[in-house]
Amino acid sequence: MKPFLEMIGISKTFPGVKALDHVDLHLNSGEVHVLAGENGAGKSTLMKIMTGVLRADPGGEIRVEGEPVVIKNPVHARSLGISIIYQELAVVNNLTVAENVFLAREPLLPTGLIDRTKMNADTRAVLHELGVEIDPEAMVGTLSIGQRQLIEIARAISYNSKLIIMDEPTASLSHHEASTLLRMSRKLAAQGVGIVFISHKLEEIFEIADRVTVLRDGRTVDTRPVSEMTSDLLVRLMVDRELDQLFGHHISHATDEVLMSVRNLTEKRVKDEGVFVRDVDFDLRRGEVLGFFGLVGAGRTEVMEMIFGSRPHSGEISINGKPARISSPSDAIEHGLGFVTEDRQSRGLVLGMSVRENFSLTHLSDYCSLDFVNRRKETAACADYIRALGIKTPSPEQKVLNLSGGNQQKVVLAKWAARRPQILIVDEPTRGIDIGAKAEVHTLLGKMAEEGMSIIVVSSDLPEILAISDRVIVLKEGKISGELTRENATQESVMLAATG
Amino acid sequence: MRVLHQLLQLRHMREFNVLIALILMGLLISLFTPYFLTVSNLMGVSRAFSLTAIMSIGMVMVIITGGIDLSVGSAMGLAGLITALCFDAGYSQYAAVAAGLGVGLAFGLTNGLLITAIGLPPFIATLGTLSIGRGLMYMITHGVPLTPETPDSFSFLGQGYVGPVPVPVVILLVLTLIFTVIMTRTRFGRHVYATGGNENAARLSGVKVQRVKLAVYVLSSTISALAGVIAFSRYLSAEPASGFGSELEVIAAAAIGGASLAGGIGSVLGAVIGAALIGEIANGVVLLNINTYAQQAITGGVILIAVSLDVLRNRMGGRG
Repeated sequence: MKPFLEMIGISKTFPGVKALDHVDLHLNSGEVHVLAGENGAGKSTLMKIMTGVLRADPGGEIRVEGEPVVIKNPVHARSLGISIIYQELAVVNNLTVAENVFLAREPLLPTGLIDRTKMNADTRAVLHELGVEIDPEAMVGTLSIGQRQLIEIARAISYNSKLIIMDEPTASLSHHEASTLLRMSRKLAAQGVGIVFISHKLEEIFEIADRVTVLRDGRTVDTRPVSEMTSDLLVRLMVDRELDQLFGHHISHATDEVLMSVRNLTEKRVKDEGVFVRDVDFDLRRGEVLGFFGLVGAGRTEVMEMIFGSRPHSGEISINGKPARISSPSDAIEHGLGFVTEDRQSRGLVLGMSVRENFSLTHLSDYCSLDFVNRRKETAACADYIRALGIKTPSPEQKVLNLSGGNQQKVVLAKWAARRPQILIVDEPTRGIDIGAKAEVHTLLGKMAEEGMSIIVVSSDLPEILAISDRVIVLKEGKISGELTRENATQESVMLAATG
Repeated sequence: MRVLHQLLQLRHMREFNVLIALILMGLLISLFTPYFLTVSNLMGVSRAFSLTAIMSIGMVMVIITGGIDLSVGSAMGLAGLITALCFDAGYSQYAAVAAGLGVGLAFGLTNGLLITAIGLPPFIATLGTLSIGRGLMYMITHGVPLTPETPDSFSFLGQGYVGPVPVPVVILLVLTLIFTVIMTRTRFGRHVYATGGNENAARLSGVKVQRVKLAVYVLSSTISALAGVIAFSRYLSAEPASGFGSELEVIAAAAIGGASLAGGIGSVLGAVIGAALIGEIANGVVLLNINTYAQQAITGGVILIAVSLDVLRNRMGGRG
């Protein structure tokens, strides 16, 4: 079979990081090609190059149907027949299905008005081809996430795409919706469309793939037909590497005393979409570093938001043996919890404020008499933490906006460390920061545990979880699917619990 | 040297742009008329803009949380009217003033609860209460001004002087000082800025953002009600149209003073200087015999220039 798209020796360098290093990828028409790899392996960058969002470094070559091309931008990619369906959906909720499918290329009547009859009929035809029953005149906002995804696929088909890239399309779908999507993808492939399917879920990979390519640290590790692949081999190809020597020895400070126990934690759902987190039970001991692992969409962040009172839930949480009613973040903070959120820019920091003001926001009353802030005390405390954590900032008055990602993350850690919570939840504490800052963050977490704080680390970075956790809890599709002691937790065993 | 250095530091202040504009505009007007730069004219101007300036103090706090309060003019007008009604009914001046301020409190609680408990957008909530306030005023007055008997001591509030300074200006200065301290030195002030800067981050840090929002709407309406009581004391006549349309001038003052309608940015001092600039333009238009209808157009131009300069300055990467 002649490849539709060939990528030969593709590299991409960002300041300080080589995201892709001579990657080769051949995609055939009519095949489902799974792209597998850990977070940060380079999958997203590769996709962005395929769709013209990013340009590859000079030296590599891209061929479409044998012809060398330079993909200039997403519109150009689409005219070459390459479409992408992103994980975060790109549909307009308050337009109809047909209006979405034909957005920005609406069929017109001679009068210049939109030809609704044709638009609806054409949409119905495409949906029929996909074998789904969705009313072209329904508002997209009223549809489920899975149906919205099908609309994006319908849009891609109506462009006459020859290659459709799907970025973790099933991550936020229910089981039923996911199987519809898989069926649809196979059907499209049978009609000669090439599908690139990005997924972490082993089951799904083996169900759908013709061939699998594994990326690791920006390199192509292997490409082979799925018939020559096993689960064990795939996991090994994805994660196999030396544990980073930077992270030193692990010392456990966990005691036997249960500090917090969580029982039957279940989400109160307003809408039936996304993952449904339910029946979560676990204990957290004083001084323990407890890792929470799971794939994207497994519900890790949701569990933490429920514990922290920012997501409606039912179930019991008790702290120090006493039941704790937590219905808002300020309740949680009163009970001695702290939460370093996953997204530091939109939820962790007030970007327009200074380092000092962000630092003290969690514990401003420590520096107040009556309601007046003693700024000298506040500045002194902030300066102490800047020194202790090695935050690189010209002064406490610098706006956090102007700090690097790693230093912003340290500010978030500082603002919670200074509050001295009994329990600190850290969600993706090292995402998007460089390796040096990462090691410093790990050291800091270890130090806090040594002082008797209990820490819950949520991360999709498996080596990180293994390096710093005393115990690992694995979530899959909203439920706990495994609990592993440090001795039993290996890359393979954790990955298997998360995917198997 | 030290003084010079401190003066140079002033240019980092957010209020610097608008302060310079105020001074330049004053010099410009003085070039054409000797009557501008006199104590009596400046005091008159100050008294004229003091009510807008007082209301802009409340408004800027609302804007810093990322909200807006369109009902300030109605709160002002209705507060003056209720005060007048109390005098008319023979209550003491203390009761009358308290009732006027009570109107503001009721406005603020209504706005605040609509926004925090029900979750209405501030624009809609305060647009509704604005209309209700105006309707009530016409229903109560039937379109006829109310001029009750009042004791002389009451008129001191709007008409009196402390030395050469009119009492409303003294009240403005005191409020400016108090709220500048609150906004820059207290925990509450910090929480106001944090709520507008990033509501999610503030809430997750333990700031009770709904309570903060409720508080700023109550403050804004109550301060506007105080302006209404002062206005009544000045004219001793409660006009059915009192305060109508003033919300636009008050919002303009905050915006000229550097407040960002996106929230998180702004200052009490900036808003007050912004109100002063608008008042100065109005006075200049009169002194220079320019068509008074041009005044609104000139004010509009100043708003656009001031806010554009601010946006450009921030884009250049200067400290905001």
